[in-house]
Amino acid sequence: MELKRVKIKEQEPFERIKNFREVCLGYTEEEAVLEASRCLECGNCVAGCPVQVDIPGFIHLIKEKKFIEAAHKIKETNSLPGICGRVCPQETQCEMFCPIGKQGEAIAIGKLERFVADYEKEKAKTEIPVIKPNNIKIAIVGSGPAGLTCAAELAKKGYSVTIFESLHLPGGVLRYGIPEFRLPREVVEAEINYIKQMGVKIITNVLIGKSLTLQDLWNDGFKSIFIATGAGLPSFMNIPGENLNGIYSANEFLTRNNLMLSYKFPSESDTPIKVTSPVIVVGGGNVAMDATRVAKRLGAEKVILIYRRTEKEMPARDEEILHAKEEGIEFYFLTLPVEFIGDENGWVEKTKCIKMKLGEADASGRRMPVPIPNSEFIIETRTAIVAIGQKPNPLIPKSFPDLKISEKGTIIVDENMMTSISGVFAGGDIVTGAATVILAMEMGRKAADGIDRWIKSHKE
Amino acid sequence: MYEILIKQEIAPKIFRFVINAPYAARNAKSGQFVIIIPRKNGERIPLTIFDANDNEITIVFQVAGFSTNILSLFNVGDKLEAVLGPLGMPAEIESFGKVVCVGGGVGAAVLYPEIKALKQKGNTIYSIIGAREKSLVILENEIKEFSDKIFITTDDGSYGEKGLVIEPLKRILDSENIDRVIAIGPVIMMKAIAELTKKYNITTIVSLNPIMVDATGMCGACRVEVGGETKFACVDGPEFDAHLVNFDELIHRNNQFKDLERKVFNGT
Repeated sequence: MELKRVKIKEQEPFERIKNFREVCLGYTEEEAVLEASRCLECGNCVAGCPVQVDIPGFIHLIKEKKFIEAAHKIKETNSLPGICGRVCPQETQCEMFCPIGKQGEAIAIGKLERFVADYEKEKAKTEIPVIKPNNIKIAIVGSGPAGLTCAAELAKKGYSVTIFESLHLPGGVLRYGIPEFRLPREVVEAEINYIKQMGVKIITNVLIGKSLTLQDLWNDGFKSIFIATGAGLPSFMNIPGENLNGIYSANEFLTRNNLMLSYKFPSESDTPIKVTSPVIVVGGGNVAMDATRVAKRLGAEKVILIYRRTEKEMPARDEEILHAKEEGIEFYFLTLPVEFIGDENGWVEKTKCIKMKLGEADASGRRMPVPIPNSEFIIETRTAIVAIGQKPNPLIPKSFPDLKISEKGTIIVDENMMTSISGVFAGGDIVTGAATVILAMEMGRKAADGIDRWIKSHKE
Repeated sequence: MYEILIKQEIAPKIFRFVINAPYAARNAKSGQFVIIIPRKNGERIPLTIFDANDNEITIVFQVAGFSTNILSLFNVGDKLEAVLGPLGMPAEIESFGKVVCVGGGVGAAVLYPEIKALKQKGNTIYSIIGAREKSLVILENEIKEFSDKIFITTDDGSYGEKGLVIEPLKRILDSENIDRVIAIGPVIMMKAIAELTKKYNITTIVSLNPIMVDATGMCGACRVEVGGETKFACVDGPEFDAHLVNFDELIHRNNQFKDLERKVFNGT
C-alpha cells in the first residue's frame, strides 16, 4: 500500500502572488486514478462528512475511470462538489478518519472530489435530476452555501423555490468572502447554474426585512421560509484609532476585491481598493489568511499577520497557513494590537501592539493569551485589515419581531431547524455563528427535510 | 427591471431619474436610500430615495465623481445593472412643532421627502436651501409647497441672500423657539450647523453620506463615530443626532479613495 499521496500541482509562489488564478491546479486523470487506487474503500471517512457523501462509492468509480458517474454519486447528497472539494476542511472531517492517515497520508478525498466535479463540468452535459413539481412555493433568504443546498434539496422534492439575495450576484460568502485563487468564480457559477437548472429561481437585489417583510412573503404565497443570511457582521477590536483611513474590516477588504473585482480597477471594475505596504492583518482564521494573500496579490511588499495566540491555536486550515508562508507573509504570534496611531490627515501610520503569553485554557479548550506588562512595541502600518471574526447578521432578527434569538445573536431553531415562528426555518452561520461551508450545507439539507415534513403535516 | 423611465437634468449636473424598481419601491419610506450599480462591474452608489410609488422610485443626484458621472450618462430606456433598497432606517416623522429644514446643494433633494412628510404630520416648517449659485438652487417650488417659510441663499448672491445657510438659520434661532433642526448637505455644512444648534440646545438631525460598499451592514466601510460609539451609517443611520457625530473623522474617511477616483475620473 502506498502511504504517500500523489502530489498535486500548484502554481509556484513567486508566480501566483502576481495573479488571482487558482493556486491548486488539480489532478490529471492519471493522477486521480493513481491517488484513488490507494483507497481501501473501508468507508470510515463517511462518518466525518457532514452531508454523508458516499466517499468509497465515488472513489471506486474513479478507479474504474467512470469520472462522470463518480460526480453523480457525490451529487446524490452534495450539490456543490466543486466548491466542497476546494474549501471543506477535509483534514478535520472525512480525511481524519482515513486509516491510511494513521501510518502515512490520508487519501486526498477533497482533491478527488474536485477532480470529478471539474471533469464533469468540462467533459459532460450536466445531468439534471428528474423533478415532479408540486407547485408549493418556498422562499429562501440568502444564496450562500446553506441557502443553495436547501434550495437544491427542496427542488429535488418538487418544491417551487425562490432564493432572495441582497447582493447583485448569488453565492453569498462563496462570492464575496472566498478569493478566486482558492475558489474560482467559474466553479461557483457552474454549481449555482446547476441548482438553477433544477428550477430554482434566484432574485438578486432584494433585502428581506427591508425590500420585503415577512408578511409580504406570506402574502405573496410562500408557504414556508428558510433564513440563511450567514454571519456577515464584521467584528472590530474596539481599540483607539480603529476608524482611521486605511483600516478595513476583512469583509470590506474581501468584498471589494472578490465581489466588486477591485483588483481589476480601473480597467474592468469601477470599485477602487487601496493597499499600501506595510499591511497588517489581525486574526488567525481562514479569512485572515485570505486577506493576507489578497493584499500580497494587490502588490503589497510587506504583509504581516498578527495573531494573539501561537501557530498551534490558529483556526485557519494548515494548507492556508502553508500557502501564506510560501507567499512570503510574515507572522507575528502572541501579539495583540492595542491602538492604531494616525497621521494629521487621518491615515493609519503605526500599530501599537503588546506581547502576549499563553495562560490557562478557556471555555474553547484553547489556552488564553494574556498580555505581558510593559511589552508594547510599534509596527509601521499603512494598511490594516481586521479579521477577528464575523457575527450573525442582525438584519433579519431585527425585522422579524417574533423571532427568538440567542444572546450571541444567532437564531434559535428546533431539531427540524424551525425557528420560533411557525413555518419559518433557519440554518447556516445565522444559527451556529461563523462556521464552515459544509456545516452550513448540512443544515440546509436538514432544513429541507424539516420544511418538507412541516408542509406535509400542514396541508389543508 | 431597473429601466430608466424618466431622465431630467434639473440643474447643471444634477439629474432626476425615475426608475422601474419594484422591490425597492414597495416598502420605501422617507429618509431611506437605495444602492445603484449603473453598469456591469460598476460601483455600488448609495442614493437617497426622493419618491417611491407602485413599481417606481425617483432619485435626484449630482455628478460628484467617477461613478455618478457614469450614471448620468444613462438615458431613458436604458437598464441599470442593479437597484437595491430600501436601505437604512426611515426618518423619524413625528409631530415635533416648529422644524427648520436646511438643505445644502443636492442635499435639498434628500431633504424634500422629509419636509413633505413632516408637513403632512402637522409641523410648522421653515426651509432653508443653499447653493453655490442661482442655477444650482433646486426644488424651490416643491419645497415651498410644504413650507411655512422658505429662505434661499447662494454663495455668490446670484439668487436669494448672499452667503451660507447658517445665516438665516441663526436669525430664526435667535427670534423663535424651534423644536428641531434637520440639516442635510455637505459634511462641513452639517458640522457648522451642529456646532451652532448645540449652543441653542436644539435637537438636530443630520443625514450622513459616508463611503459604503454592500450597504446592508456587512462591511463597516461606512462606520462613523456617534456619541463615542462606532455605528454603521447604512443600517443604524443614515440619520443621526448631529450633536453626537464625529464630523472630522467622517471628512477624513470620505477622502479615502479620492486620489484613485480623481485619476480615473480625469481620464474619462
